[in-house]
Amino acid sequence: MGKPAEYYQRDRRLHPPAHAPHYKTSVTRSPQKALISLENSISEITGPRFGHNDIGANDNDLLFNFATPGESPIGERIIMHGRVLDENARPVPNALVEIWQANAGGRYRHKKDTYLAPMDPNFGGCGRTITDENGYYFFRTVKPGAYPWRNWVNDWRPAHIHFSIFGTAWAQRLITQCYFEGDPLIPKCPIVQSIPDPEAIEQLTAALDLNATIPLDSIAYKFDVVLRGRRSTLFENRMEGN
Amino acid sequence: MAQKLDYLRETASQTAGPYVHIGLAPGAAGFEIFDNELGQDIAGPNAKGERIRVEGIVRDGTGSPVKDVLIEIWQANADGIYAHPESAGEVEEGFRGFGRVIPAFETGIWAFDTIKPGAVDGAPHLNLWVVARGINVGLNTRLYFSDEDNSADPVLNLIEWENRRATLIAQRGDDATYRFDITLQGDNETVFFDV
Repeated sequence: MGKPAEYYQRDRRLHPPAHAPHYKTSVTRSPQKALISLENSISEITGPRFGHNDIGANDNDLLFNFATPGESPIGERIIMHGRVLDENARPVPNALVEIWQANAGGRYRHKKDTYLAPMDPNFGGCGRTITDENGYYFFRTVKPGAYPWRNWVNDWRPAHIHFSIFGTAWAQRLITQCYFEGDPLIPKCPIVQSIPDPEAIEQLTAALDLNATIPLDSIAYKFDVVLRGRRSTLFENRMEGN
Repeated sequence: MAQKLDYLRETASQTAGPYVHIGLAPGAAGFEIFDNELGQDIAGPNAKGERIRVEGIVRDGTGSPVKDVLIEIWQANADGIYAHPESAGEVEEGFRGFGRVIPAFETGIWAFDTIKPGAVDGAPHLNLWVVARGINVGLNTRLYFSDEDNSADPVLNLIEWENRRATLIAQRGDDATYRFDITLQGDNETVFFDV
């Protein structure tokens, strides 16, 4: 079997470092030894594939997927949409996109979350979808609220939605967080600011997208996700690959 | 200035945070919202090969259990074939090779059931991906088996420090159960890969 075409090396200077001391939990959960670099083998080139049979038809509608019939959650109704692309700007179809978030008051439906803001009986806070042939996805949800966390005494997370994305390869696996344009908490947050590259932070910030807004119904934000790109197959008679 | 290359840049990673379970393993965390939870049955009912259980604990740099971790598993079938079009061959109906596991909230101990994979480009192994609060970029590692000949595996042999290779070997106990503890930091720190 020939050597599979590899994915582009991940730029570790763009991503947050493992040890980011202002994000206190990272201090004891960060490896101290250098990562061992592996060329991609079939174990990393492959990855789980998901289809529409794996998920429910309404799993991407958080206004609906936990609400009592006829009711809906309280909060700013939004459409969160965008595309999953690779570094070659090609769409990634059939990518599984999973999200989770707090409700409009910043409270998660999780037994470990004891924040005094109340739970919303009509809001679960998780959803999932699969990108179409153009790499496009969308969710309907409410805009999450900021919430406090025990890091420094008065730290507040900016409003955010957690995103988990599977491309076509294990090497592309990514979990990140999407922030909202104009949120003044973004520059204050030790988790966001663990990212050393300001442009990379901008890339995590969803833009208000009035063109995708449904008048008198829901406002829209656009969030594109970029996964690692891949080299062309290395042909024997064309060693340069591309 | 040279011309600009027209590549996009990968989206930066962020920690999965403390509530990753409600998004990725809601049922396992006691939150019934989806009909079908992904990653619950790695091998399926038709899989060939030996049925095994893997269990362990993830510890931080103080030796404390990481109780809010989530681990994903990616593996080949007993013939060393992945359920993916680029892997040469077919897998049994229902074999996914993908799993997700979270620990018991009280103890931090996790376990999953699967089949032992066949050899793939070297010794049999499971690919693991570890995320949690405090982990800024998901950690890739591999699990090898103590009852296999791992001496010629190209990835293990890439690790210059021979004593660190042992951190990737799951120890077989009774009843086809393997123990695999992961240490995020410090003495016996598990080897993590940049893949």
